[in-house]
Amino acid sequence: MSGGGRTLRVRELATARSGDKGNHANIGVVARDEAAYGILLSRLTAVRVQDYFKELGVTRVERFELPNVLALNFLLYDVLGGGASRSLRIDTQGKLLATALLELTLFLPQRED
Amino acid sequence: MSRVLRIANAAGFLGDNLDAPQRLVESAEVDYLTLEHLAELTMSILARLREKDPQAGYATDFVEIVRDLTPALHAQSQLKIVTNSGGMNPPACAKAVAGVLTEKGLGGLPIGVVTGDDLLSRLAELQAEGCEFVNLETGQPLADAGLAVVSANAYLGAQPIQQALAGDARLVITGRVADASLTLGPTMHKFGWRWDDWNKLAAASVAGHLIECGAQVTGGYSVDWQKYRLADVGYPIAELGESGDCVITKPAGSGGAVNRTTVVEQLIYEIGDPSHYLTPDVDCDFTTVNVREIGPDRVAVSGASGNPATDSYKVSLAYRDGFMASGQLLVYGVDCREKAQACGEMILERVRAAGFELARTNIELMGVGAGVPGAWFWRKYQPPGELVLRVTVHDPRREAVERFTREIAPLITSGPAGLAGYATGRPQVRPVYSYWPTLVPKSLVQPKVEVRPAKECLQ
Repeated sequence: MSGGGRTLRVRELATARSGDKGNHANIGVVARDEAAYGILLSRLTAVRVQDYFKELGVTRVERFELPNVLALNFLLYDVLGGGASRSLRIDTQGKLLATALLELTLFLPQRED
Repeated sequence: MSRVLRIANAAGFLGDNLDAPQRLVESAEVDYLTLEHLAELTMSILARLREKDPQAGYATDFVEIVRDLTPALHAQSQLKIVTNSGGMNPPACAKAVAGVLTEKGLGGLPIGVVTGDDLLSRLAELQAEGCEFVNLETGQPLADAGLAVVSANAYLGAQPIQQALAGDARLVITGRVADASLTLGPTMHKFGWRWDDWNKLAAASVAGHLIECGAQVTGGYSVDWQKYRLADVGYPIAELGESGDCVITKPAGSGGAVNRTTVVEQLIYEIGDPSHYLTPDVDCDFTTVNVREIGPDRVAVSGASGNPATDSYKVSLAYRDGFMASGQLLVYGVDCREKAQACGEMILERVRAAGFELARTNIELMGVGAGVPGAWFWRKYQPPGELVLRVTVHDPRREAVERFTREIAPLITSGPAGLAGYATGRPQVRPVYSYWPTLVPKSLVQPKVEVRPAKECLQ
């Protein structure tokens, strides 16, 4: 890695759970601790998440913060190919989105401690 | 009288573990057992059953569950059951359950039935009164869409449940009510809060939201699944205090776990803006909630805040939207990827040749990333030597979809070598119901509550 810094998978920092809301889905990301929450807050942006899932046709991603419980909630619009009743995909309800998000790679610039 | 109210939930959807309710009440003493049996899709399936038979359209699983619970209902005088298993037909559900109770010597047990959520027969009348059922996403009024509506149900709140309990019901059967209201209803009955004590309403609704999906808060659906014994996972219990704060726990000795992670994962499950989790009863703010581990498998949840409920009910409205079918084959060999794609295209080409241009089609290669197309985190791994081809189609014409289902098996003799898995027969054609997200003013909906002894529900 040039320029210093390191990479981390989201799964090293958090757990996650996803589900459907009509044709939209949400992914709840629960940080393992406060330090992990801080990294997720600065690195796991709505833009990163939207880009990661772009092939699913997601039109917009909103991120909500729950600092009390060290969690982020991502709302992914129009991502389910029609939703539970009419999606042609194996994962009609977006149950796998969280598992996929845990493999997203975050880059952390080197820090002087 | 204890000032802690213990509410359990032992079903998170229709099809959940049938033994969970009995296991729960036999391993922990609770005041209420709730069972959540309805999802949007479930409502339209039940609507279709009721169309064919006026005595059908409820969750028949519940009748079996009540049969298993009769010993506990005899032995535990405090135990009450609150469920939305009534589906599209709460009176018929009550009648079936009453049969079981009467047969087991519980004919005197009062059953509360909540109706008034079903708007299907009232759609024209409500539209005449000015409710246009505007689609929340597109802004189009329902009448302009010309749809074949199969079900339309308002999500009722906790008030009719509380009324049924005030009428001494030991078993409350509802149709469509908001999931969190199954917990708020008993809580209001116990503590008698005001219906505008928004913070308390929000707190009990948070408890309801946490337990509504059953084992999802006790270790089920966890990333950390290897840490838990899930085969005999315990279903959740919320212990509510007079302040509205609660402790989430599970029966002693059961599998699974209750910890900060299992609880927070469920807190943000299937929600949008956490500052506005809307139920018919209250507008909840989850961002003020605190979660703290206070003992083994015990997590304290506090600090929820609430704002006034809106003046409308959400409506679950479904309409007919053609037919779908899905077929699968195992494709084997070093060339499985190209071969599977070619087989999928061959099937669709043959359907086209038979005269049917299908409206929507999808070819998936399960084993090389079909679960989340584009999220190729594992692309560094070797290509597989086998995968499952899945082809799914959707069309307004049943005969077009029917034709598709007949084009999979012929590949065994007229496609490439290295295919298996035909033995299960042709895929089923299923009707599709799509959803029209909309609202109805509360003033136009009157929930109805009736409490009668089981034996009087038999007629």
